[in-house]
Amino acid sequence: MRIPLSAIIGLSITGIYFFCAIFASWVAPYGMAETVGEVWEPSRLGFLLGTAPEGTMEANYWLGTDQIGRDLLTRIIYGGQTTIFIATAGTILSFTTGSVLGFIAAVSGGWIDQALSRFIDLVMSIPSLILALVILSAIDVTVLTLIVLMGLLDSTRVFRLARAVAVDISVMEYVEAARLRGEKTIWIILREILPNALSPLVAEMGLRFIFMVLFISTLSFLGIGVQPPLADWGGIVKENKDGINFGIGAALYPAAAIATLAISVNLVADWVLNRTTSLKGGRG
Amino acid sequence: MHPILKLVAQRLALGILLLFAASALIFGLTEILPGDAAQAQLGQTATPENLANLREEMGLNRPALTRYTEWVGGMMTGDMGNALSNKLPIGEQIGKRMSATLFLAFWAALISVPFAILLGLLAVRYLNRWPDKLISGVTLASISLPEFMLAYILIFIFSVTLGWAPSFANIPPGMPLLEKLHSISLPIAVLTMVVLAHMMRMTRAAILNVMQSAYIETAELKGLSTFEVIRKHAFPNAIAPIVNVVMINLAYLVVGVVVVEAVFAYPGMGQYLVDAVVKRDVPVVLTSGVIFSAIYIILNMVADIVSILSNPRLRHPK
Repeated sequence: MRIPLSAIIGLSITGIYFFCAIFASWVAPYGMAETVGEVWEPSRLGFLLGTAPEGTMEANYWLGTDQIGRDLLTRIIYGGQTTIFIATAGTILSFTTGSVLGFIAAVSGGWIDQALSRFIDLVMSIPSLILALVILSAIDVTVLTLIVLMGLLDSTRVFRLARAVAVDISVMEYVEAARLRGEKTIWIILREILPNALSPLVAEMGLRFIFMVLFISTLSFLGIGVQPPLADWGGIVKENKDGINFGIGAALYPAAAIATLAISVNLVADWVLNRTTSLKGGRG
Repeated sequence: MHPILKLVAQRLALGILLLFAASALIFGLTEILPGDAAQAQLGQTATPENLANLREEMGLNRPALTRYTEWVGGMMTGDMGNALSNKLPIGEQIGKRMSATLFLAFWAALISVPFAILLGLLAVRYLNRWPDKLISGVTLASISLPEFMLAYILIFIFSVTLGWAPSFANIPPGMPLLEKLHSISLPIAVLTMVVLAHMMRMTRAAILNVMQSAYIETAELKGLSTFEVIRKHAFPNAIAPIVNVVMINLAYLVVGVVVVEAVFAYPGMGQYLVDAVVKRDVPVVLTSGVIFSAIYIILNMVADIVSILSNPRLRHPK
C-alpha cells in the first residue's frame, strides 16, 4: 500500500502535535506560568528570517515572549495540551453519544426514531456557536462543562451520519436473519451494525476533531472558553491580540498552530476517506 | 391546490413551528440549567436574601410558562425588556446593532456571491487541471483557518504594515458611504474569504453533479464547446442548487459575524451577544440568541422553498 505524500506530511505533523501535547512538561523549555523576560520580546525565528523589528540585536526565545513576559513557545506547547485534550475528549463524547443514539434510532424505527430525529433536527436548526453561547451564559465554565457541551452539540452531526449508515445496513439480509433468530437489539447493534458502520464513521472522525479544535479556539478567543490561568490556543491569541496593532505578531503563532493542526488532520482524513471509498468502488 | 403550493405551504408551516420550538428550546435550556439570571448577576457569593429580592424584582418566581409567553409576546411587539447590566432597553440596542450587522453582511454577500459562482464555474471548466487544484487547495486552507486568524493576518498586513485600512471598524451615523466601506473593508474581506471557500466548493459540486447527466453528454457529443455546454445546459439546471448554496452560506455569514465583529470591535449584534455572555446578562443573551437563530432558520427555509419552486419535476407533475 502506497501512502501519498500529503498524508505522510499530515500524519507527521499531527503526530508531533500530539507528542508535544502529551509530554508538554518535558518538551517545554520553561514552566507554564513562569515569567522569563520582558514583555513581547522579539522571536528568534523572526530574527533568523530577517523579519524582526529593526534594531533587534538578539533574540533569546524561539517565538519570543508573551504579553507578560512568559516564553511563548512554552505557552503554545501547554496551550496545545489543553486544546488537544478538550478536542479529543469532546470528539470521543460526540462519537459515542451520536453513534449509540443513531444506531438505536435506526434499529428501533417507529416513534423512537421519529422523536430522536425530530429533536436533533430542532437542535441543528440553531447554529452551534449561538446555542453554545446561550448555554455558557447560564452555567459555570470549566474544562468539563466545555467538553460536555461541545461533545453533545457536535453529537447531532454524528447522529445523522450514524443513523443514515445504520438504516442502510439494517435492511441487509444478515440483519434480517439476526432479527428472525430473535437476537436482542443490543446484540444487533454491536455485532451486525457496528462493524459495518465503522469505516465511514472513522473517516468522519478527523473532520469532527478539526471542528472541535476550531470550536474551542473560537470560544476561548471570545473569552468564554478555557479560563485563565489555564491556557489554550484560542486563549493565547486573545491574550496577545493587542500586540498586533503595534506590529508584534505574537498572536499569530498560536493561530498558526491551530491552522497547521487543522490542515494536517484534514490531509489525513482526506486520505482515509479516499481509501474507504475506493474500497467500496472496487467491490462493486 | 397545485401540489407545489402545498409543498411550499408545508415548508412555511414547518419553518414557523421550528421558530417557536427553537425559541422554546433556548428559553428552556436556561431554565433547566442550574442557576438563573439573578444568580448569574450576583455571582456565587450572593446571600440568599439578596437572591430572593432580585428574583422578586425580576419576576423570576413566576411560572416558567408565563414568563415564556410574555417573552415571546414582547419580542413580537418589539418590547424586549431591559438589559440587566446597564438597564437600557434591549429593543433599542438591537435596532441599532442589527442595522450595523446587516450593513456588514450585505456588502460581504454582494462581493462573495458572484465571485464564488465564477470561481466554481472556472474550477469545473478546468477540472483536475491546475486552476481547479489551486482553487481547491486555497479553499481547503481557508476552511481550516479559524476566522480570527484570517482577520489578524489581514490586520497585520493591510493595517499595521501597509496602513491601508483601519484595524477597528466603526460606522457612526452621518459617515459618507465610501468612508463607511473603507472602515469595514477588512471585516468584509474576512467574511468574504470565509464564505467564499464553502460556497465555491459547494457550487463546484453542484455543477459537477449536473455535468454528469445524460443531456450534458449529448450536448458534448454534438460538438458544443465546454463553455457553451456550461452556459446553455449546465448552468440553468444548476441554478436551483446554487441558490440553495448561496442561502446556506448567507445563514453561515450571519453566524460568522459573531467572531469577526469581536476582532474588529464592530458595534453589531455579534459583539452585543458576546458581551452579554461575558457579563452573564441572560435577557440580552436570550433575545439576541433567538434573533440569530430566527435569521438562520428563515434563510434555510427560503433555501428549501427556492429548491422546491425551481424543481421542474415538481412544477410539472404528471
